[in-house]
Amino acid sequence: MKKIHVSLTVNGDAVDYLCEPQETLLDALRDHLNLTGAKEGCGTGDCGACSVTVDGRLISSCLMLAAEAGGVAVETVEGMANGAELHPLQRHILDGAALQCGVCTPGILVAAKALLAQNPDPSETEIRYWLAGNLCRCTGYDKIIRAVQSAAAEMRGEA
Amino acid sequence: MRYHVANSLSEAVEMLAAEAGTAKVLAGGTDLLVQMKSGALVPDLLVDIKALEGMRDIVPEGGGYRIGAAVSGAQMGEHAGLRALWPGVVEAAGLIGSTQVQGRATIVGNLCNGSPAADSVPALIAAGAIARVVGPDGTREMRVADIPAGPGRTTLEKADIVDSVFLPARPARAGDAYLRFIPRTEMDIAVASAAVNLTLDAEGAVESALVVLGAVAPTAIMAYDAGTALVGSRLEPSALEQCAAACSAACNPIDDKRGTAAFRRQVVGVMAKRAARIAFERAGESL
Amino acid sequence: MGREFKILGTTPPRPDGIEKITGKALFGADLNVTGMLHGAVLRSPHAHARIVSLDVSAAAALPGVKAVITADDFAEVENAANRDTLHNCMAHGRVLYDGHALAAVAAVSKSVARAALNLIRVEYETLPHVTDVDAAMQPGAPVIHQGKKHKLAGDDVSDNVVGYYSFGHGDIEAGFAQADTVLERSFKTAAAHQGYIEPNACLADFKGDKADLWVSTQGHYLVRDICADILGMESSQLRVTAAEIGGGFGGKTTVFLEPVALALSRKAGKPVKMVMSREEVFRATGPTMSSSMDVKIGMTADGRITAAHARLRYQGGAFPYAMVMMGAMSAFAAYDLDHVQAEGWDVMTNRPKMISYRAPGAPMAIYAVEAVLDELCQKLDLDPLEVRLLNAADEGTKSSYGPTFKAIGLKACLKAAQAHPHYSAPLGPNQGRGVSAGFWFNFGGQVSVSMAITPDGTVNLTEGNPDIGGSRASVSMMAAEELGIPFEQVNTVIGDTGAIGFSDTTDGSRVTFTVGIATIKAAKAVKAECCKRVAKIWEIDADAVEWIDGAVHPTGHNAGDFPPMSLAEIAAMAGRTGGPIAGHFEGAPDKAGVSFGVHIVDTQVDPETGFTKILRYTAFQDAGKAIHPDYVEGQMQGGAVQGIGWALNEEYIYGEDGVLQNAGFLDYRIPVASDLPMIDTVIIEVPNPGHPFGVRGVGETAIVPPLAAISNAVARAAGVRLYALPMSPPRILAAMDHG
Repeated sequence: MKKIHVSLTVNGDAVDYLCEPQETLLDALRDHLNLTGAKEGCGTGDCGACSVTVDGRLISSCLMLAAEAGGVAVETVEGMANGAELHPLQRHILDGAALQCGVCTPGILVAAKALLAQNPDPSETEIRYWLAGNLCRCTGYDKIIRAVQSAAAEMRGEA
Repeated sequence: MRYHVANSLSEAVEMLAAEAGTAKVLAGGTDLLVQMKSGALVPDLLVDIKALEGMRDIVPEGGGYRIGAAVSGAQMGEHAGLRALWPGVVEAAGLIGSTQVQGRATIVGNLCNGSPAADSVPALIAAGAIARVVGPDGTREMRVADIPAGPGRTTLEKADIVDSVFLPARPARAGDAYLRFIPRTEMDIAVASAAVNLTLDAEGAVESALVVLGAVAPTAIMAYDAGTALVGSRLEPSALEQCAAACSAACNPIDDKRGTAAFRRQVVGVMAKRAARIAFERAGESL
Repeated sequence: MGREFKILGTTPPRPDGIEKITGKALFGADLNVTGMLHGAVLRSPHAHARIVSLDVSAAAALPGVKAVITADDFAEVENAANRDTLHNCMAHGRVLYDGHALAAVAAVSKSVARAALNLIRVEYETLPHVTDVDAAMQPGAPVIHQGKKHKLAGDDVSDNVVGYYSFGHGDIEAGFAQADTVLERSFKTAAAHQGYIEPNACLADFKGDKADLWVSTQGHYLVRDICADILGMESSQLRVTAAEIGGGFGGKTTVFLEPVALALSRKAGKPVKMVMSREEVFRATGPTMSSSMDVKIGMTADGRITAAHARLRYQGGAFPYAMVMMGAMSAFAAYDLDHVQAEGWDVMTNRPKMISYRAPGAPMAIYAVEAVLDELCQKLDLDPLEVRLLNAADEGTKSSYGPTFKAIGLKACLKAAQAHPHYSAPLGPNQGRGVSAGFWFNFGGQVSVSMAITPDGTVNLTEGNPDIGGSRASVSMMAAEELGIPFEQVNTVIGDTGAIGFSDTTDGSRVTFTVGIATIKAAKAVKAECCKRVAKIWEIDADAVEWIDGAVHPTGHNAGDFPPMSLAEIAAMAGRTGGPIAGHFEGAPDKAGVSFGVHIVDTQVDPETGFTKILRYTAFQDAGKAIHPDYVEGQMQGGAVQGIGWALNEEYIYGEDGVLQNAGFLDYRIPVASDLPMIDTVIIEVPNPGHPFGVRGVGETAIVPPLAAISNAVARAAGVRLYALPMSPPRILAAMDHG
């Protein structure tokens, strides 16, 4: 099968890969770039575990072809911390015990970061609807919602 | 499978026409990739049109808007002008999938996928939306209402590309709304849905009403009698009940894993009533 | 308990947290190794069929394909349970359900593997099938396996009935005669899937006679022993490493891909990675049982239960052992009854072989019991919590399944629920409040722990139980508490099967209890060794020293003679005082201590659509001692929400053709964030006398009460009672229209 050469930036770094035409961006991140933070929970856009942003827009990386990613800027969970300094969402998720198994956590973090980028003070209902596509089977969402609220407050300078 | 980034619409049409196997147009890809993943669709050729000029644009035109084939639901939701003019269409498009899916999903894809439960299609039909179709014989316009043909089928020909959907201008005292029933609050396919587009007269009574139903027949259907039931009313309970009954009478639902025919028949009228109230209020009247 | 804890009851960040919030944690599908092949499985499209012919030659000939296997590649297995497991992993002669594996390939890429599957030619002769438990019990039903009928199943049922259990005491007929009201109802519940977000995945690598297996599992020792038996290996030759696990809830307490991956790797001579798609997870792993149940309860006018009888019929899929025994044992466990019987029938069908799901067998049985109790309360105009309190089991109660309870927290939970503002908050139109009690046994089981003191005096703790929800934190906390050192000085790791001795699987709500006991014992051994060495250094008797807060102090008449020696100081001298300091424990602690919970839920039912909204939810549960309260709450919240899903929307939907129709998260509808309110929690602490810190397992009980609590709330909100789960909107609306 003829492979396609794709150049893009991931977490600010210029990278490239060779992909098969039917491979997804998620496949490319995981198998070609060895960034396994994004997970494939369903492959059909129903679980959110593969959430990344592409040019600032939150998407399911399982629903975008790897071949489509030429020239785009992808952000993944691996790019959230600044060196050893965690993003406030990461800290609040951890300190708030808002993860159990942790497999949905990368997707939740990326999705929540995208929410706060466009809405720094979301209501509980807004957070719940924004994250409705991020399935978590362990926590019942309670502590996740609270962690997003408290991280948002800190990022607004209120905490 | 081959993946090709189109350099022009005409080249895309030529490639689709020349392909002996299965050829598909790729814009948002949120249905296409799911079908490819399940093996239900094994394309030989994908033609990616989203980089073409205008495909990602919402452009004012004749008092309405032209929405490019690769405009995402999220993009529509962020467009204040479009939201103000056709809030029902925007909210319908906004119901397709998760926030993540909204980042990619398009109303043109929703239309061309041919699902009877497509959320944006009833709202587009109720709005009188027009699709611009580029095919081997040139460019033509089709009413969105004329495109769905049955589950997974459309009236589009091989090598036809819908490059945009046009939402027309609307009179001042008018409003639209879309509601669907799903078992959860998000992430489901509509079990029954209704789009309502109303215009009011100077006194605030309904002057014209279009009611379009989703997920209750092989395609989205116009429930003419349901609209007629509202005309002349101010959505008094009797008019709403008549509208709901007309919806139930108009539909032709099935039993499946998402709901029973009896349930759909009953609930589609409830969705129409509730959507009508929202549309009425959007048209500037209070109930 | 007068004991004051320094670390227990605090909420430090978990030791494995940074990896999990930065994307570094390696789950089952996250490991890639050089030369790795990709495996894929061919699955049956039929509910039941004979494999007339199976031709893999074209697949094997495809360039890039390195191995193709079928049942022929496995030797017969003597152990009956492991043989069933193998036959579930790879069909032998017949396919028994939609999704049953019948061949597998390993190839240089996923796309080549998929292409190879398409080249496998299978000729099927379809056979009659049955997927419903009541239909499967009918005489004349298609029989899944002949000759397995249970001897006590009775003559009036089919050969699919492979188990029968009965628990209870007293004389139920005499008890019913004493009742003012007797109510009998029949119920059905649908099969629910654990719905873990991480699909099953593993990576197998054979090296001569040895193999390594990396796998997402709740129990890597279990995986080792099953796979070694199936592959004809010695257990010591198979080293299994538990990946980080992306949820299990009981679903990852057996094998599906693992023997297949090992067999492919053996044949190909290369590492083979296998990852299920979500569709495969639904079609071919084990959901929990569906059920059909009758419950009959007699009650006096003032709410005392005079007798109770349950008949439970669980379908467990295409092989024996639905966990109906657990259902029969747990059904009436919450109540102190003179006359009680619970019977269970285990039934085979053409569905995937069931596996545990959080409190396996209990939620459906207790749902039926708690729903009948609630209906009796409505009929007799009695307060539901008052009636439960009146009949509640307590310390000294002879339980309905035999043992006599020690200290238990049911009454404390019921009283806390009664006193909670939620129970008396006003309700609006179309709203209703429901309550239910819940129960789980909890489990002890086998455990191995090794505690090594490093030369700087910090602690490496190696245990054998995959951490599925924060157990590294709770175990580290117990180690730190017992040693009297800071939490941060303990690093707990999950060893591979070659690192330490056997441990039972992470299930039965056992890890914090059992690994906790083992850790405390290992720490006591460390302390004793330290005391011995320091006494020697000080040249005083070993019993003239004592361990206080991480240091050895002189005691008795030597008190104050020497400055205390800290663990760090002792560790630094270890090389000169007898070598490394370590403690370990291998054993099988029992006395896990049963766990009770009570949930209150408010629902609102839309009378025009049958849609149920969860307005408010409060869970009360006895944790014995909450080691890390945040993670205890997390178990309560997560269990409650899984129960909400089971009650309202989750179900396996089979067509007439026996094919699963909703094998994906789109139509297998687990709760999403916007469906829910906050889940309030109240932790009750009635210490378990069987644990030094009073710990009870907390993982499972919370999934039990929601089913009945929501059903009872819907009954009061909608004015009609449903007798089947899930209470999806079409069912509720139909009931309201006919109600």
